[in-house]
Amino acid sequence: MYLTQSLAVSAILFGIGVAGVLIRRNAIVIFMCIELMLNAVNLTFIALAQQLGREGQVIVFFVMAVAAAEAAVGLAIVLAVYRHKESVNLNDINLLRG
Amino acid sequence: MITDFVYWSFAGLAIGSALLCVTRRSPVASALWLVMTLFSISGLFVIMEAQFIAAMQVLVYAGAIMVLFVFVIMLLNLGRERRTDRLGWIGSAVMFSVGALIVLQLWVVRGSGPSPELVLPAGTLARMAEQQGAVGMISGPLFRDYLVPFEITSVLLLAAVIGAIVLAKRRL
Repeated sequence: MYLTQSLAVSAILFGIGVAGVLIRRNAIVIFMCIELMLNAVNLTFIALAQQLGREGQVIVFFVMAVAAAEAAVGLAIVLAVYRHKESVNLNDINLLRG
Repeated sequence: MITDFVYWSFAGLAIGSALLCVTRRSPVASALWLVMTLFSISGLFVIMEAQFIAAMQVLVYAGAIMVLFVFVIMLLNLGRERRTDRLGWIGSAVMFSVGALIVLQLWVVRGSGPSPELVLPAGTLARMAEQQGAVGMISGPLFRDYLVPFEITSVLLLAAVIGAIVLAKRRL
């Protein structure tokens, strides 16, 4: 049910997430676009789980757990960087640039 | 027909909220539009016979992860962004075309699907949900075939909690 439509919606959401990661310079908004990409992939798994078995939903369960862990650690990193640089703009976080 | 209307309204809402999330100037507005996107995707999950995952999406993603995002945005006291906080017109056009390129690459494989011998008969998941319950459908494989990944996930979450606390401390 709705397999091709869901795959198309998932592709569009993933493309929007990619564009967001590339366009924005605020580190937290970039994190949010990464979460959007993860959700697009979750939608793909659920759409295919209808045809290929409920293991797709189990995979989505694990993806959500890993996304939660990643969001927590990533935001802690953003906080630590903000404490040093007073900014979350990626243009200012360029210590590794030669 | 009602299902079609519901499905396309949730899908349209998801795509519209995602576009708005990516383009807002204020980070709090972006976070709230992302919450709207997550709710719409949860609605799509319900239509596709994944009721437990839909509830988990609302509870975990929209209810915990996005609250964490809003906490951090409020903690850093970020205001609206300035002109230099995103690429200019040319850069934005290039990046949107990169996103469109990805969608195009995925559109090329639109005709393909899973091979017929792997596809379950239609309505299998709906029948499973009816017999075992929406939670039983997930918990069966989760606690039998995927028990080791389940336990490893708990270790991963512990590591993430410890890591987040250590990273955010002022003085170790």
